[in-house]
This record gives sequence, structure tokens and C-alpha cells, in this order.
Amino acid sequence: MVYIVGVGLTPVGNHWSKSLRHLAVEASVKALEDYGKDVDYVVVSNMLSGVINGQENLGSYVVSHLGKIGTPAIKVEAAGASGAAASVVAQGLISSGMAERVLVVGVEKMTDYTSLEDTTSALSTAIDSEYEGFPGGTLDAMHALVMREYMKKYGVNREDFSYFPLLMHKNAVDTPHAQLRFKLKPESYMRSPMIAEPITLLDLAPVSDGAAAIVLSKEPDGPNGNAEILSVGHATDTIAIYRRESLTEMPAIRAAFSEALERANIERGSIDLYNIHDYSSVLGYITTEELGLAERGKAPELFKNGGADRDGPTPVNPEGGLKARGNPVGATGVYQIAEAFLQVTGRAEGAQVEGAKTALTLSAGGLASNVIIHLIRGV
Amino acid sequence: MWAYWQSVPAHWREIPARYRLEGGECQDCGYRMIPREDICPKCGSRNVKPINLPRKGNVVNYTVIWNAPRGYEYYTPYVIAIIELEDGTRLTAQLTDVEPSDVKEGMEVEMVLRKTRVSGESGLIAYSYKFRPLIK
Amino acid sequence: MRADRKVGIVGWGVYVPQWRIRSEELARGWGRDWKRYAAGIMVEEKSVPGLDEDTFTIAYEASVNALRRARIDPSKLRAVYVGTESKPYAVKTTATMLIEALGAGGEDRLTTGADYEFACKAGTEAIQSIIGLIGSGMIDYGLAVGADTAQGAPGDALEYTASAGGAAYILGPAEESIAIIEASLSHVTDTPDFWRRQHERYPAHTRAFTGEPAYFKHIMTAAKKLMGLIGTTPDDYDYAIFHQPNGKFPLRVGTRLGFTPDKIKPGLITPYIGNTYSGSALVGLAAVLDQAKPGQKILVVSFGSGAGSDAFHIEVNDKIEEVRDLAPKVMDYVNRKRYVDYTTYARYRRMIRMLHDFSAY
Ligand SMILES: [Zn+2]
Repeated sequence: MVYIVGVGLTPVGNHWSKSLRHLAVEASVKALEDYGKDVDYVVVSNMLSGVINGQENLGSYVVSHLGKIGTPAIKVEAAGASGAAASVVAQGLISSGMAERVLVVGVEKMTDYTSLEDTTSALSTAIDSEYEGFPGGTLDAMHALVMREYMKKYGVNREDFSYFPLLMHKNAVDTPHAQLRFKLKPESYMRSPMIAEPITLLDLAPVSDGAAAIVLSKEPDGPNGNAEILSVGHATDTIAIYRRESLTEMPAIRAAFSEALERANIERGSIDLYNIHDYSSVLGYITTEELGLAERGKAPELFKNGGADRDGPTPVNPEGGLKARGNPVGATGVYQIAEAFLQVTGRAEGAQVEGAKTALTLSAGGLASNVIIHLIRGV
Repeated sequence: MWAYWQSVPAHWREIPARYRLEGGECQDCGYRMIPREDICPKCGSRNVKPINLPRKGNVVNYTVIWNAPRGYEYYTPYVIAIIELEDGTRLTAQLTDVEPSDVKEGMEVEMVLRKTRVSGESGLIAYSYKFRPLIK
Repeated sequence: MRADRKVGIVGWGVYVPQWRIRSEELARGWGRDWKRYAAGIMVEEKSVPGLDEDTFTIAYEASVNALRRARIDPSKLRAVYVGTESKPYAVKTTATMLIEALGAGGEDRLTTGADYEFACKAGTEAIQSIIGLIGSGMIDYGLAVGADTAQGAPGDALEYTASAGGAAYILGPAEESIAIIEASLSHVTDTPDFWRRQHERYPAHTRAFTGEPAYFKHIMTAAKKLMGLIGTTPDDYDYAIFHQPNGKFPLRVGTRLGFTPDKIKPGLITPYIGNTYSGSALVGLAAVLDQAKPGQKILVVSFGSGAGSDAFHIEVNDKIEEVRDLAPKVMDYVNRKRYVDYTTYARYRRMIRMLHDFSAY
């Protein structure tokens, strides 16, 4: 059994005066203070430090700046699922007896190159760089192909895609650490500039800096709340989407979800909220469909009709998701688990889902080519 | 930034695929692929032989790129498409010589060889397959 | 010059980019009186290479079309020569890329390859070299290409004609040919009518001096000497193709030599697509092959500044009918067109350059 026993978040945003190390240290110190005890292992999650910041070896980089020289430390990378992957590795360290208490810190510093071309190139390392990236494809373009397919298959229009970002922005207003804490007007969405048709700027997560940290322990010994990691489900899909049978289905999500449910031995009805990886509106929709929250092609209605609202029957991303909380990619998975931890321990402040006990987090790397689901319950 | 220059050896070793659409064919299950894999993604066979894939196909899905990655910014808007070749093999490719608004699913296209990635004024010109509507 | 072993054209192919700019639009861009130019050059519009096109991509598609008509395996090509004055790399041979893309010379790539430069006659120069290789028995098949993305300095008179396109010819033994090259001859002098210095983006030219002492003198000498050598007169030919820097010169030089305009016009393509430089006379020849009948005779005379002319006497045979429709024709490419304005033209020709170094932060 592995427990989440401490948490520390930096606000997500454009931190011009903070470097990778400042962010990582800030979140780590907060988490360690929240927990009140020391750790014997550090697992850093990050995707782009080599590409954007020219810095790898983040294990020793982070402990060096954290005043923990000597503590074993590594970096874990799985694109957008890096944070969840770091948690998986940390759980393995604890279950195997290699460690008793592990600091998992996710950090990403995306704004050190300010042109969109560079950020796009960096994020597009999550797709097949030789056979999707080289011809001029981008991560956004792959989401666009999925969105076009979704629109065609289910006969939905652009307006149907507005319900997703509208809810995310609405939720982020109440989330202290969110990046985009303002409501979105439907007409702003419809006027949003094209990135890769039919994907627009407001269909996508923003470019973000941020760091989130959690402490995992083999005992529920956190002074401010504890949660048990009931299970993890983890599955992969082809990195290149042209080799997939279908673009509107994400079999890795299905596989990870059924594995997680089986291992936790719980019914899906006992999940109180869903913290999903919405790099794009369409990925948000397909994910909710694969998780069984909506029939295929009906996710837009779920979001339109309030089914995914914070006080609805199946709350999705009560903190605002990648779209509005922000997406410091390699740190995002840790933010998701941290948010779920705060929810199931009743500490989510304005974002709190009333009475939440069990939460699901789903992190996805690439175009859902690496999917990790955590089921977390407050104890 | 790293993405500004195309690696020369990394392009050079892909020339058979990029210039001639050389892919692979699994000798056990017949599955065709580009690039050629050492292990068949369908059946796991290690017996995959090089094969020149057909140069014609049709557009299965496409997107118009307005926000290009580094090195492609001069070419916007351009079309990235999933192409199904005549033998059923799929690949991702750029379309060329076509107005983005004229692209349709099912559009018949043929392979041409074009400049794909040019490293500044002094670096490598990386050529590769692109597809364009049939001329006749 | 005649080879011991008779050599002919086994396949031909062309390529012309789809983009066009009207001469009137070019004149508008620079505030020039278009009507003054119009009479002088007889070029309505010219082809413009797309952002992803260059001499190699043009040579490639023309060569693929030539291979379709030649119906031979590309591995049989043992010589690949590209004539151009707009090499993608100043140093790095275009032919190597073409050899690789076509699979010439078989898996071991056992083929010679080189780029030729002689202003606008580099392509016909390549043909002569391959005639020599096949004629001597060293090889059986070779590929000669003339292709360019010609440079005309912004605002210069050349901007109205310098265009993009090319033609590829696969030569082989006479018995397999669709047309036999009976004889060829060259005439070369040091006549500095046009040049581009090392590291310069655009060529310099000497205006009226490019006419009489350069274009007319060399073409007429080569044509007359070739006809004298093999004992023909203009009446013996069904078609005459001359280098076509504009729409007017080929008609004028042909008329002076004694050819009637109806023999020149079928191969006169510059009025529709501009001057493709190394491709110029060879695209004209392709247009004639697109329609020539078995038994017809063709005179081709190229011209390259600097200066020189290559003349060819070609006789079509009945195999031509079998292969003509196996690839797109010149007029298919001429009629495939979309227009650009001067701003787009300037961008496509990289006259407007992005400052990557400043945006990459
Ligand atoms: Zn197989």
C-alpha cells in the first residue's frame, strides 16, 4: 500500500523570474513542509528540460538545489504522462522496499523560448519525429486529425467543441493555482485563431511554467491528510497515429481504466471525480467517452448539459484541467494527482467537489499513446 | 534552439524512404509499413523485407497547419494528411501544389519529391516525399 | 559529330511548376510601362517555382516522366547529368540526389553523375556527353536533364522571363529509340553577354549585346554548320527549335535561317511559361515530340551565354506513338496553372527573407 501524504504546488503561469530550479525547489519545499518529515528518494518528472532548458540529469539537478545532496534521485519522462509515470516509479520504489518515503516533483519551464514555433517543436517531440514531425506535422496537428474525424463521424460542429473549454475556464476561476482564471465567452471561442484546422488556440492547453510535488509514503503518516493510491492502470498505443485503426477511439484509455478498476476492486460508480488529460477539447471528449461518462459522440452533450460540472453527477476537471489550470507538460501529471489528493482530503478550496472520497486521474503522453490512470481514495 | 537545424545523418539514413517511398513488407503476414520496422507491428515477425511502396493513394484525413514548428514557418499554411496508398499502406505526409481549401477526403494524390526542411541559408536541404493531386 | 553506334531518344519528360505571374503584374510591381516590354519580349506570363521546389525537384519529376516513356528499369541508367545554372547547392552535385531518388545504376549505384554548367545550354551539353558514352559502347542508357529556377534580379528586364522548369531525356541505342539523333555539333566562343559571378544572387547581362554577337551569331553558325555537314536545308525539317529567351528571338533567328514560323511555333513555349534557361530548348523539343509523326525531322539549336550553341539533327520513328501518352505532356503542365501576385512571387523566390536568427528566442 502506498499513500499520498504531502503536497506542494506553485501557481501555473509564465514565471519569467523563475528558472527550472526555482520552480522545482518551491514546490518541493512546500510538499516537504506539508508532510513535515524527510524523504529518502526523489523522483523528478519532466518532459522538455533537455529540449528547452538545455538541462538534463534532473535528479541531481533538483537535489543539488534542494539541499538534499546525497539523496538518490532520478528523472522520469513519458511526455504528458511524465508526472503520473514518476508516481508509478515512486510507488515501485516503495513497494519493493527500495524507499520508504519518496518526493515526486514535476517541473516544467516552457517559456524560456518565447516563439510559438519553438514551443510547438518542443511539444511535438511527443509524436513520431521522423515520420510525423519531419513532414511538418505537430502534436497539435495530430489532435486536429482526431478532431476532424470526430466531427465527421458524429456530425458535431465547432460550437459543440466550445462546451469543453467553457467549463474548464469556469472551473479555473475557483482554483488558486490555475493559470487562466477567467471565464471564456462562447463568441471568443468561435473567433479563436486557427492553429491546425479545425483546432484553434482555445481548443488547446496553454504554454505553462509550473511545478507540483507530492510525497508518497508506505504509511498514512501525513499530518494534513492522507490518501491511498488504490491502483494504477497503464497502457500504451502506437506513437504514430497513422498506424492506428481508429482515431476516435483510444484503446489505451480503455485498457488502463479496466486495469485500474480491476486492481482497485471498485465499481466505476464509486468514483467521485475525474481529473483527465485534456490537451485538446477533442481529447477531453474522447477520454470521457472511453471512461464511460458519455456514449460515443455524446461527450459534447455531457459538457453542455452540466453532467461534468463540479456539482454535476460526474465532475470532470473541477480545477480547470490542462485547458485552464495550465499544462506545464512534465509537471501536469503531478498536478493532477496533487489536485485529486486535495479533493479527497477536503482541501481543494474553491475547487472542492462536495464530499469527494475517490478520485480518478488520467494522464496521457503523446496522443494518448501512453496512458496512466490513478485511483485515489482519502483515508 | 535544437530544432533549428535538421540533423544530417538522421536525414541521410532515411533517404530510401524519403526519396523512394521504400517501406517494409512482412514476409509472414503481408503487412506493409513505412518506415520499415525490424519487427512486424501486426504479427511480431522478424522477417520484414524492404519494398518500394506505390506512389499513388488518396487522402484519408488532413489538417491545415497555421502554426508551424521551427523550420517550417516559411511554408504556412500547409496541409498535413494521412494518405492511404494504393496497396493500403498508410503514412503521414505533407500535401503540396494544392490550395488548402481544395483538399477533400478521398482526393487522389501522387508522390512528388520536394524540399521539406531547409536549414537556413547554409545548411542541409532535406528533400522528401510529399503528395499532390493527380495531374492527369 | 556522329557516334560510331547510333544513339537516340528512348524517353522524354518535362516538368513546369504550376505557379504563374503575369508580366503585367511584374511591371506593376516596379511601376514600369508594361506595354513597352510586351512588344519586345512576347511573354505573357512566366512560371514560378513553389516554396518547396528547386532544380532538383524539377529534374526529378521530369526524369520520372522520361522513365515512364522509356519503359526501362532505372537501374539501367549508367550516366546522369544535370545541366543547370541554378544548382540547389553551389557545391554538391544535383545528379547525386537524382541518382539516389531514381535508383539509377542499380543497388550499387554504378553510374557516372555530374552537374553541367553552360548557362542556358547545359542541358544539351549533357545530351552530347551521353551520346558519346552510348555511341562509344561504354554504356547503354543515360539520362540528361536541363532544368532551372532561373534568377532575374528584382526590377531587371530578366525578371519578365526568368522562369522555372525542365526537361529530361533518356538516351539509348538507336534500335530502341523513338527518335534518332543523327548528328550534333557545337560552336563556342568567348562572348561575355551574360554571367553570374561567384556568390552573387542574380546574373548580370549586357542588354542589346546579348542579341547579334551572342544569340544570333552562335545559333546561326551552329545551325548552318550542322546542316552543311549533313547536307540538309531548312526545307528538309518539319520542326525547328531554338533557345527561347523570349518569344521573339526564336522566330527571328529561324526566319533568318530560312524556317517558316509554322515550323518554329510548335516548339515555342516561352510565351506561356517564360524562359526556363537550361530547360528552354529542351522543353521546346519535348513539346514537338508530344506531337511529332514518325518520319519527321527536327532541328534543335540551343544557346548558352558566354557563349555557345549546340545543334542536333533528330529523326522521329514509329515507336513514338507507343510512348507519347505514358506521361503528362508539355501542354498539360502549361495549362496547369495558378497565378500569384508580386508579393507572393517575392516570397516564393525568397526575395523576402525571414530572419530566423532573430525569431528563434
Ligand atoms: Zn507480420
